[in-house]
Order: sequence, then structure tokens, then C-alpha cells
Amino acid sequence: MTRRALLIALLIVVLAAFASAQAKTPGVIAIINARIIPVVGGEIPKGTILIKDGLIAAIGADIDVPPGAEVVDATGLRAYPGMIDGYSSLGLVEVSGVAATVDNRETGRINPQARALEAIRYDSMHIPIARSNGITAAVVAPAGGLVSGVSCLLRLDGWTNRAMSVKAAAAMHIELPGIRGGRGGFGGGRGAPQVRADGPALLAELKELFKSARAYEKRRDAAAKNRLLALPEYNETYECLLPLLKGEMPAMISVHSERDIRAAIVFVRDENLKAVFFGVEQGFKAADELSKAGIPVVLGSLYDLPPVWEDGYDALFRNPGLLAKAGVKIAFSSSSASAAKDLPYHAAKAAAFGLDKTEALKAVTINTAEIFGVDKTMGSLEKGKAANIVLADNDILEHRTNIRKVYIDGREADLSSRYTELLEKFKKR
Amino acid sequence: MRKPALPCLLGLCLLTAAALPAFADRGDLLIKNGTILTVTKGVIAKGDVLVIGGIIKQIGENIAAPAGVRVVDAAGRFVLPGIIDSHTHIALAGTNEGSEAITPEADVGTVINADDTSILTALSGGVTMVHTMHGSANPIGGPNVVLKTKWGRPSEELVVREALPTLKFALGENVKQSGRTVQPGQTQRYPATRMGANAIIRREFQKARNYMEQWDRYNKAAAAKNPPKNLVPPRQDLRLEVLAELLRGNMVARCHSYQATETLEFMELAKEFGFKIACFEHIWEGYKIADELAAAKIGISVFADSWAYKMEAAEGIAYDAGYCAKRGVLVSINSDSGERIRRLFNDAAKTMKYGGLSEEEALKLITINPAIQLGVDRIVGSLEVGKQGDIAIFNEHPMSAYTRCDMTIIEGDVYFDRDLVLKEREEAAKKAAAPRGEGGVS
Repeated sequence: MTRRALLIALLIVVLAAFASAQAKTPGVIAIINARIIPVVGGEIPKGTILIKDGLIAAIGADIDVPPGAEVVDATGLRAYPGMIDGYSSLGLVEVSGVAATVDNRETGRINPQARALEAIRYDSMHIPIARSNGITAAVVAPAGGLVSGVSCLLRLDGWTNRAMSVKAAAAMHIELPGIRGGRGGFGGGRGAPQVRADGPALLAELKELFKSARAYEKRRDAAAKNRLLALPEYNETYECLLPLLKGEMPAMISVHSERDIRAAIVFVRDENLKAVFFGVEQGFKAADELSKAGIPVVLGSLYDLPPVWEDGYDALFRNPGLLAKAGVKIAFSSSSASAAKDLPYHAAKAAAFGLDKTEALKAVTINTAEIFGVDKTMGSLEKGKAANIVLADNDILEHRTNIRKVYIDGREADLSSRYTELLEKFKKR
Repeated sequence: MRKPALPCLLGLCLLTAAALPAFADRGDLLIKNGTILTVTKGVIAKGDVLVIGGIIKQIGENIAAPAGVRVVDAAGRFVLPGIIDSHTHIALAGTNEGSEAITPEADVGTVINADDTSILTALSGGVTMVHTMHGSANPIGGPNVVLKTKWGRPSEELVVREALPTLKFALGENVKQSGRTVQPGQTQRYPATRMGANAIIRREFQKARNYMEQWDRYNKAAAAKNPPKNLVPPRQDLRLEVLAELLRGNMVARCHSYQATETLEFMELAKEFGFKIACFEHIWEGYKIADELAAAKIGISVFADSWAYKMEAAEGIAYDAGYCAKRGVLVSINSDSGERIRRLFNDAAKTMKYGGLSEEEALKLITINPAIQLGVDRIVGSLEVGKQGDIAIFNEHPMSAYTRCDMTIIEGDVYFDRDLVLKEREEAAKKAAAPRGEGGVS
């Protein structure tokens, strides 16, 4: 009897796997009766989304469902665009305390050659957890040193790292020092409230480095045209910096203190870089300058203490609202792998401290897409965009909300995870 | 001359981060027209709470303010019991006596630091009571202490003497020091395995038993009509004294554990030696042994979902708290941090998604449940007449992600008032902006 039950269970599993493999060939899916929150454009209280060839073929209140379409009745559910994490270590860090599972920090200080995409563990246990909370894409960033490497933009579904890549080179990462080394962890609250002195010095170092890289490029290009000129020795660092210097990718600069933010604005202008700032804990003190410079901001985790007490106990919480009010484009990030699923809660926390709720939602969807140049295909529910859709039973930024279905490029994503696998296993006890 | 930095910093905190309690209240306060989440006696949609002399005197509708009592308008806001953190390390001048494996004499109650700004951080998140603990560096750490977050008061006034005396134990990776590189010239501390950790705890309890027997024999002999002439008392042992207190039932064990096996084995030790375990700390694999925990009536104090930071946390699923609660285990959500402590309500809310708890059940994880674990549920943990007036006021339901703590009250005194903080901030900004010689303060 038990063996038979086991066989049947096995058969069901195999069939289910077969069925989900079948679902990989998308036909037309019609999500009907959903409360649609498209982020760009007005809310549709009860509407239909048609998915065809991985894209949103139609969206609106009065859409005819074509015959043969797979109908998903979303009565009582809200449809949101999939959220995008502006900075994570998904796929690079598995168990942070076990060095063998950590791949985000290269040794040394200048590592433009390090490319996140090439090390992504695509079956990381953290990816399905983030996905099942409505996050469908994430910037995966290398960290550490002065030039940390190149991040990628990943769709959180796929069978190989390359298949998951939306943008292989999202940004070149540069890190300026934090305001008070360390984070508010165990014990917490005792960090020295001193701004470390070497931000501008590091920017000066980078200027020299960039100058050398540009000079190298000139010599290299000249030698390519004229065989009489000596070909310079191949320089990996310069070669890998050139796409940044040519504006082919933005610099994502981790910058934290007010003084360093101001210095970095000047640096970006002088070096003529496309730039995104990351962290920006004291951004509210230079919000107008950031706004004027048109530099967007990806906020670091809000799960931290104020960098200095004088900023007020709620400094990190109200910073996003003050930046947005000044006209700075902001996006949120988990800054994590194991807590990547928490992305929406950072946005909600900022909303609790002054950020407009609509703006909070934008800052985990369309703003992030715009910052990384993928807003033509992602970040909102609009006709022609990739069908990255989340069906939720409540506000997507609320902890209590259950995510019922997730579509990534029109495919229904698997919502099981390490969490659910272990839970189910021990429920059987 | 680096010393003045701390007092300066603290002075600044006083000015900018939080206001001192209005002691003029002397524990008298009337909160009007809020949604009252009593936790144990349901919800009053629009009600009042009257605190007199630090004690809740009345909960209901349309309570008239006695003469001279400050009235707080909570219209449109939520009034709940002060949040209790069952496991943290704030407000201490030392946490781990990690030089040896067995240090039950190292009592954190002797190193309370009432000037730790983490107290302010806690208050800003509605926390009124903390179980602040010895660290997890040793199999047997030391006694812990329960404090109220009375910022500005001397350390003696913070201590909650009604709480159960607790003794910290720890198991697993921290204890076997697997994350630590042994420096040249050093030797690896014993124990280095979970076998050793269990064995060393057993050994100490055997010693403690033996020690108690020695004293028993001595006391009996000394009390006899004709005590022997050469009767010598046994050597006083401050380590074993503490363990003896645990074996006598005058203390309870709080044990840091992550994995199922080490936890079950510690329960075996408790059976073998007859001591009481109040709570397992972190216990990421609690969901694997929920039935055993429930049957033994042992509580757990856990993170909501902070996992995978070390190997023994790699199966720490976010369902742990909610699932165990549903299986009848007394669960609290702890911070273990001077930062996470201010968003325990957010962490509790996660159990609604992962575990399917209701709003009411989730709120219990940071109020009445930790109060029971600390043995203080007679005096705090819910809004009931006769309990102490430890209260938090939030602008939205505390289980909403958009919520914010507006006011934290301990025994009727306001220790955190967001409006006051904002007012002071505005005044400071005005002062800084005012033209005064060579410009304002940066």
C-alpha cells in the first residue's frame, strides 16, 4: 500500500515536472479579474492582462480573451510588475560565514576584470525565496576594494547564468569608505561617529588611474593604426576600465557621507561618467546637489543605525523620502543575498517615514529599470513589455502579503524554495 | 585625551535623538481614543488607558482625566503593550567571557551600561523591556539580566527584579569556535566538537552535584548535636554555586542552540540533572523538533528570518517561528541586535506570511510570549488593569509594514515621543540656519 502510494506520488511528481516543462512553451495566458497596479499609468480596478510570446500583448479593463488562451482568474488578487532589486549578492553569496560559498569579494583593490555574471550560482537557494516574494530581477554586484568589478542584471528564473542574464554588464562598481566601519549587528550602536578621511583621496587615486587608462587606450589605438608604433603591453586593468570610461556602462559608486557625496558628484562630472550612487546614507544633506547633477541613487539596506547620531534616529528611514522630494530618482536594494526577499520592506519602511507610497512602489520597479536602462522592457505593466507579473493577495510591500503567482518573461515561475521544501519535509513527521 | 568623546556623543543624543522622559508625569497618564490592542483581552476599537502611579488603573471608553494627569491623544493610532525583546545584548559593558569554556560566575548584571545609546534605539521601536544576555562564546556562559529601557535612569533602576533568574548556555559553532582561526602559539580551546560541548556541560553538572552533596554532608554534620571536632567546610566555588542554584530550581536555563540534535541532547541533560530550560535561543531547526519542544513545554526565542550566515543557520527557514507557534510552542521573536531591536514588530509580522499567524498571534510573539518566557507576565506583556503601564503607541497597526512608533511609555512615563524629537530637530535646524557671525553649525 505504502509502496503504491509512493509510486503514485512519484508519478505525480514526474507528471508535474513534465507539465511545468511543457509550460515553458508559452501560449497565450489571460489573467482576468485582477486589480491591476501597472506602476506606469493608472490603476485598473478590474482588468485583464494577456501574455503572448513572453510579452504583455494587451492590458486593460476591456480586453477580449482569445479562444484557446489559458485563463487565470485573479479575482481578489492584485497584479503588480515584478520587483527589481537595485543591489544584491544573489548567486554570489550562499552562506556568508562560510568562505567556500562566498564569491563576491575579490582580493586586492582594483578589480575591473571581475564580472559577477561569470560566478553566479544560478541555483542558489536564495533566488527562489526572493522570486517567491515577487522579485523577478536583481542587480548582482561584486564588492570590496576600490574598484570591485562589474555587476550584472539578472532575471530570477532560468537554468543557466547566461540564460538569466538581462544585462551582463550593468555597472562598474566603485566603493568609497563607509561613515562608521561595520554595521549595526550584534550589540550594535557603539560605532565611532567619525567620517573617515580618505574619500576624496580615493577619488584622486581613481582620477590618476583613469588618466593612465585613457593614455593606454590612445597608445593602443594609435599602434593599431600604425605598425611602426610600439604596441603597449596588454594591461588588463586598463582594458577592463575602458567600457566605463567610454560611457558604455555606468559607474555605481558606493558613497555614504555628505562630504564624499559632494566630492563624488564633482568627480563624476569631471570624469564625464554615467553614474549611479549606492548607499548614500547622508544623501538628504546633499539632496539638491544630487538632483541638480541628475545622478540616481540606489539606497543601501535601511536595516542599519544612523551613520552618526546627530542625523537623528530615523535618518536612514527618512532619507529616501527627502531625496525623492528633492527630485532625485531613487531605487531600493536588499544589499543582500539571504535577505533579498526583504526588498519591498525597505520601501515600506521609507514610506512609514515620509516617502510617498506610490513613489515607494516605483522605487522597487520602474525607477530601478530606468536607472539600469531596461525600462523599455521591464519595471511596469505596459503593452509590449516583458511579462514580469506578480499576483498578490494584498499590498506587495506588506509583510503579510502572500504572493500567489509570479510570471517571468511570460513563464509561470516555480514558487517553491528551500523554505517550503524543508517545511513540507518536516510537516510529514 | 580620547575620553570626552563618549559623554559628548551622549550629550548630543540627548539633544537630537530623543527627549528625556517627562518625570513630572510621575507615572500618571491618560491615553485617549486609540485602538487598544490589549493582546490578552481583545481589541477595543476606540478606547482609553489610564495609568496612575505607573500601574494601569482602567481600560475602557470615555475615561475622564483625573485632575493634573497628562492626556495623550491617540485618535487614529494604535495602543499596544510595550514590546519585549527576549534576547539581546544591549546596555552592557561586556558580553562574552570567552577566555574559558565554563564561566557561570561571569554575570552581565554586574556590567550594566545605562548610557548605551542602544536603549534609545530600542525605545524608538516601542521596546520597553529587554532580556540582555551573556554571549554565546561558551557552553556555560553566565547569568543574564532583565532591564527596562529607562533611558536617563541609573542602572539599578533599570533592573526588573521580578524576572526569573536565567543562566546562559550555548551550543554549536560559536562554542566549538569553528569560525575562529587559532593563532600561532595558541591551542584550540576545548570543546571543539558538539560531542565535547555536551560532555563539558555534563561534567560541570556532575561537579555541581558533587559540590552540593559535599555541602549537604557538611551542613548536616554541622547541625548535629555534637558536630565532629575537626569539621571543615568544603571549598566555596563561585562557578559551581551558580550551577547549584540552577539545580535547586532557583534559576532557569536559556540555551543558545541552532540544530535539532544538539537541542534534543541538551533536553536530555536537563532531564538527567533535573533543571528547567525556559527557552532555546535562535533554534533555527525548531520546526524539526516542534513536537518535542511543545511536549517539554520549552519556549523558543528566534529570529524571524535572518538566516544562512553560517552553516548551522543554513536550514533556518522563515517558517520556523510561525510553524512552531502553531504546534503549541511558546515562541518569541528576538533581535539579538542593537539595530534590529527597533523593528521587532516588522519581524513579528513576517510570521503572518510564513506560518499563517493572525495579527493577534503575531503581536503576541513580541509582547506576552516573551513576558511569559521571562516570568514577568504578571506585570507586563499585555494591557490589563493592574499591570505596569508599559505602552507603545503606533501610527498604524503594528503588523503593517507602513507603521511607525510614535511614543514609548514605561510605567506611565513617556520615554520616547516622536513629536518632541521632530520639534527639537526643527528648532536645531532653525538655530543652525540663523545667521550668527560666520554662519550656522554644519
